[in-house]
Amino acid sequence: MADVTETQLPGVGVRHDFVTKDGSRIGVLWHRTGRRELLLYDRADPDACRTVINLDADDTRTLAELLGSSRVSEALGAVQQQVHGLAIDWVTVPAGSAVDGAALGDTAVRTRTGASIVAVIREGATVPSPGPEFVLAGGDVTVAVGTPEGLEKLHGLLESLDG
Amino acid sequence: MTLLAAASDEVAVAFLELGAVILGLALVARLSTRLGISPIPAYLVAGLAFGEGGVARIEVTEDFVELGSEIGVILLLLTLGLEYSAEELRGGLRRGVPAGALDFGVNFVPGVVAAFILGWDGKSALLLGGVTYISSSGVISKLLSDLQRLGNRETPTILSILVIEDLVMALYLPLIGVILAGSDLPEGVIAVAAAVAVVALILTAALRYGNVLSRALFSRSDEVVLLSLLGVTLVVAGLAQQVQVSAAVGAFLVGIAVSGPLQERAAALIGPLRDLFAATFFLFFSFQIDPRDLLPVAGATAALALVTGSTKLLTGWWGARRAGIGTPGRIRAGTALVARGEFSIVIAGLGGAAGVDAALAPLAAAYVLLMAVAGPVLTRYADLIGRSRTA
Repeated sequence: MADVTETQLPGVGVRHDFVTKDGSRIGVLWHRTGRRELLLYDRADPDACRTVINLDADDTRTLAELLGSSRVSEALGAVQQQVHGLAIDWVTVPAGSAVDGAALGDTAVRTRTGASIVAVIREGATVPSPGPEFVLAGGDVTVAVGTPEGLEKLHGLLESLDG
Repeated sequence: MTLLAAASDEVAVAFLELGAVILGLALVARLSTRLGISPIPAYLVAGLAFGEGGVARIEVTEDFVELGSEIGVILLLLTLGLEYSAEELRGGLRRGVPAGALDFGVNFVPGVVAAFILGWDGKSALLLGGVTYISSSGVISKLLSDLQRLGNRETPTILSILVIEDLVMALYLPLIGVILAGSDLPEGVIAVAAAVAVVALILTAALRYGNVLSRALFSRSDEVVLLSLLGVTLVVAGLAQQVQVSAAVGAFLVGIAVSGPLQERAAALIGPLRDLFAATFFLFFSFQIDPRDLLPVAGATAALALVTGSTKLLTGWWGARRAGIGTPGRIRAGTALVARGEFSIVIAGLGGAAGVDAALAPLAAAYVLLMAVAGPVLTRYADLIGRSRTA
């Protein structure tokens, strides 16, 4: 990782910046008010910003997600390319689902659908490779790998409501 | 019943006058925003035009305007104190001292020297030194934000110089307050020493135990925060005035003591109130100046502006160079610091009651008129200057 410099700006906030591999300086200015500024420095005059982009809390989240999730999909794309015929899908467990509160082992997902749950995203945190003792809950987003038909069955299983 | 009717007549006139004045201020503020300059010089011009010896004289309810302008000074100083947290002030002290010392040396001294050349007394000289020394943190921080320069690498240098000026004010204002109160030498020295000791004590307490005050003032309700902060500030300001340390200093120290999450909110709540009363203050200040008094000081003002504009440029240049900033950045830092504004007027206003040289107020007004306009214009074109130099 590049060296990130932190600079306190009295009365304004904090600035973080670093130099990218190709030699451009990028920075983020955190205002005390919660506003963010994305700073792209000028190559000819490295002390000045060539472009300043204002981001509110919502924009910041969107941008961070775009930058962060592209990594995830890049990685997933690589997996997909490696194994032909394999698909990846995100399946949400709705509240009141038949598997809400059941341990992963007891649902026998793998046996019944042929698809494997490789990760669960709960409240923004990711649980990679959940074991058979992992208890599913409503609102969980499962990341599953399998054949397209297997994933179709998984949707049916997880989304079927209790009773 | 008749009493009420008579009173309501008076009230009606007062409202009409006050409304007209505030609408006038709104108009000049709108005009200056359109031109992209600070409204402070515009308020001063409005005051000159409609005050003593101006094109028209408005007889406003003087008592109200005078009290309003006093509150304006207090709120200006309160927000100056609120601008930086105790942590930032300590950080500024660690890093900014060399540039801050140069800043003080080359910008305070020209004011003092100019006063002596003009044949003024010592008190007036100390005040004029303060007028030429202090940059306008209000104008400058707005300017940096408008020009999208907050992320620039020379900006920390500019801000740390402003932080040091802030701290210097904490010592300068009480000192000048005592000196202006004027006593003979032995007593005077004791009073000065006492003032310094009191301020040092309060400043230390504010930096160390400010969170206690902040916790006491804290509330989820905005109006509770606003009223308690305003109340505490006015009480402390009143107490400070009573012990001969000016009211402004008391307000400033309250601002510094307020810290943590309250600081941000307090600044946002006080902001609109300060804008209103500060406008009243600038207006009242220049109300009392006869525009005909500006002419005799015009030459001195121009010379002083030229000298102290260059010395601020030097300060920013040198500070930025120490921070490893290139030539264009040094020019941006130097030109940004040129702007003088609200606090120069506050300092000149302190002399009002203390019998200092009569030319101080017109000179300070003319000086701020020049610098509050010239500073922003200069720094806007700083990059052009920088490029032509390096090209």
